[in-house]
Amino acid sequence: MTTAVADSHEAHEDHGPAKGLTRWLFTTNHKDIGTMYLIFSLVMFFVGGAMALIIRSELATPGLQFVHPEFFNQMTTVHALVMVFGAVMPAFVGLANWMIPMMIGAPDMALPRMNNWSFWILPVAFGMLISTLFMPGGAPASGWTMYPPLVLQTGDAFPFLIFSVHLMGLSSIMGAINIIVTILNMRAPDMWLLKMPMFVWTWLITAYLLIAVMPVLAGAVTMLLTDQFFGTSFFLAAGGGDPVMFQHIFWFFGHPEVYIMILPAFGVVSEIIPTFSRKPLFGHDSMVYAASCIAFLSFIVWAHHMFTVGMPLSGQLFFMFATMLIAVPTGVKIFNWVATMWRGAMTFETPMLFSLAFVFLFTIGGFSGLMLAVAPADIQYHDTYFVVAHFHYVLVPGSIFALMAGAYYWLPKWTGHMYNETAGKWHFWLSTIFVNLTFFPMHFLGLAGMPRRIPDYSTQFTDFNTMASVGAIGFGVSQLIFVYVLLTAKKGAHATDRVWEAPRGLEWTVPSPAPYHTFDTPPKLRVAQESFE
Amino acid sequence: MIRKSLLSVLGLTGASAAHADWALNMPKGITELSAETYDLHMMVFWWCVAIGIVVFGVMIFSLFKHRKSVGAEPASFSHSTTAEVLWTAIPCVILLIMAVPAAETMIRLEDSRDPDVSIVVTGYQWKWHYKYQDEGVEFYSSLALPSVEARPKQSGVDPFSVENYLLEVDRPLVVPRGKKVRLLMTSNDVNHAWYVPELAIKKDAIPGIINEAWFRAEETGTFRGQCAELCGKDHGYMPIVVEVVEADAYQAWVDTRKAGDAQVAQMEK
Repeated sequence: MTTAVADSHEAHEDHGPAKGLTRWLFTTNHKDIGTMYLIFSLVMFFVGGAMALIIRSELATPGLQFVHPEFFNQMTTVHALVMVFGAVMPAFVGLANWMIPMMIGAPDMALPRMNNWSFWILPVAFGMLISTLFMPGGAPASGWTMYPPLVLQTGDAFPFLIFSVHLMGLSSIMGAINIIVTILNMRAPDMWLLKMPMFVWTWLITAYLLIAVMPVLAGAVTMLLTDQFFGTSFFLAAGGGDPVMFQHIFWFFGHPEVYIMILPAFGVVSEIIPTFSRKPLFGHDSMVYAASCIAFLSFIVWAHHMFTVGMPLSGQLFFMFATMLIAVPTGVKIFNWVATMWRGAMTFETPMLFSLAFVFLFTIGGFSGLMLAVAPADIQYHDTYFVVAHFHYVLVPGSIFALMAGAYYWLPKWTGHMYNETAGKWHFWLSTIFVNLTFFPMHFLGLAGMPRRIPDYSTQFTDFNTMASVGAIGFGVSQLIFVYVLLTAKKGAHATDRVWEAPRGLEWTVPSPAPYHTFDTPPKLRVAQESFE
Repeated sequence: MIRKSLLSVLGLTGASAAHADWALNMPKGITELSAETYDLHMMVFWWCVAIGIVVFGVMIFSLFKHRKSVGAEPASFSHSTTAEVLWTAIPCVILLIMAVPAAETMIRLEDSRDPDVSIVVTGYQWKWHYKYQDEGVEFYSSLALPSVEARPKQSGVDPFSVENYLLEVDRPLVVPRGKKVRLLMTSNDVNHAWYVPELAIKKDAIPGIINEAWFRAEETGTFRGQCAELCGKDHGYMPIVVEVVEADAYQAWVDTRKAGDAQVAQMEK
């Protein structure tokens, strides 16, 4: 009996990845699934990016040059859905899959089969969403916020939109459950909660947010579905419903959603800045409390997206004050990163460059966020390009830059080779220049009164729009350098186990490339940390 | 002027004479509340600039002085309770300084009692309808013909040759200067939003709901805006034009409209 167990255990030790396509279809390995998530999100990043370039090309000069208004609206809608649900969220789940088990000393995710399923739902969901572009009536064109009654004017694409959102939600919820179970049950024995790396902490909080709000989104879109096909009137005034109720429900999901896209980014830069400052993260515990505080506040600020819908004065004042409060924990995070750099010994490899740009540019997005919190001023900013500038500043040089930083940081651990540093630096500098050229002028457009989601504009808005379009094309082309870096990722020098001079997590104790199975027996955090001294 | 040039430096644009018409900032507007809104906006903006100078200043200093290539040795501190308490408390105080005037303005914005003129604004896909409640005047207001002709793809008309391209209507909303005008907003189909920057008004027009907004214009002139809530394919083509005129000119306009409407009614009979 005992021999049999030992034998099967040995056999288990031996097996590497399966061969061929089935390896990827049936894999339950967190590294394989992480890789698939990351590749999928990169593909979606380019799909959504292509749509952004269609939008920016049309807006480069006044007058309609390339598309019709209805197609323009389809582009803004699908661009947002693809970028939010297809690029940013899966990319962070991919990083979580790859890194969380290795950072907490676990052999794999806690629920590996569900892990496989939560990934493979995504290509189906996005296949369905993108197929709507070829349907009668075209893709959804009501904005990613899907406000009724407009969304109910969608053509054949409507049920496909709803079902694909359901599937994306399902995938996210399963991913989140998996991450929570893994983190709470599979840490190295001496890694108590406040010893966890920041990336693990921020993902734990994010996963709770996901479980809390994705079902709310599912409920909202299901009500849209029944309003359209089954004669209900949740949101139809003519039947006694309330169109504004949808906005409340949507933003109860939507505001935590923006933190779902930024908290893991906080985690990534909180790993990278200490490594390249050669100094421990300043205020680890207060970072944890700040992230929790942001997560809590995210549930009580949703109606700041709705200052123009005609809420009672008391409601507007409450949501204004609550929103302004978010600046406090967010400020704490930024001050802590700066304090981490303070009196460090910094070097500026590509991951550090992206992280530093993150701190600078996310802060600019935070400033415009604070301005937007001030309700009377928000009434002027709302639904103008000022808002477009704001959320692209927190999403592109925010979330996307953090993702890029994370990819460069952990790439040698994944491939076992150093990436092309020169190409990485080019990627960084071009991205940073063009991202600002794209989005900074949008602040001015918004303040001057240009509404968002319009295919054509009055001539006084021309100059800044042209700048933004030039920037967007430059930014898009710059991302091809990243593809080049990935394609040549295995050509560089062999990476050491620790890769960088001063990283301190458990993931740097395993070989580079990380073997197919890591931490079959739980490591001791203290032993690992002593080995770094 | 200093503010304007600072903004343009931030935008790397340079406020040269050739680009004097590049609007960089929110308009101050023509009502007391639009000016208050502008002041709030600038107050928060300057706070952000001040905080930015401190945070980015420290960071940039650190980036140059605390780098390995200049021989910096890393310190090992990882927390400081004093610093953490300070940078939690100070932002709270700054927020309070912002919140008080913001709340005061908000309260005034919501006070639409005792109007002199009441107008029902109804959004349609894709035009506006105005109904003066007491004067018995009502009409639709749509995109003006020159823009309609120029807007299609390959129309062959250069948008720069059209005056107020996409911001001109056939029949503007006419209001008297110095009078409190209340707008009652609703919609006939999907959500729209009535937005005129110079009046600092943006309010959603939602089917089944009547929203209120108000303004008291202090200057005469023509002020332009657009629908600000995505309302379908021609969302970009339903502008708003408000003409503020003196009270007697307003009365004359009302009388002409009424006479015109009576004439049309006569002809329809």
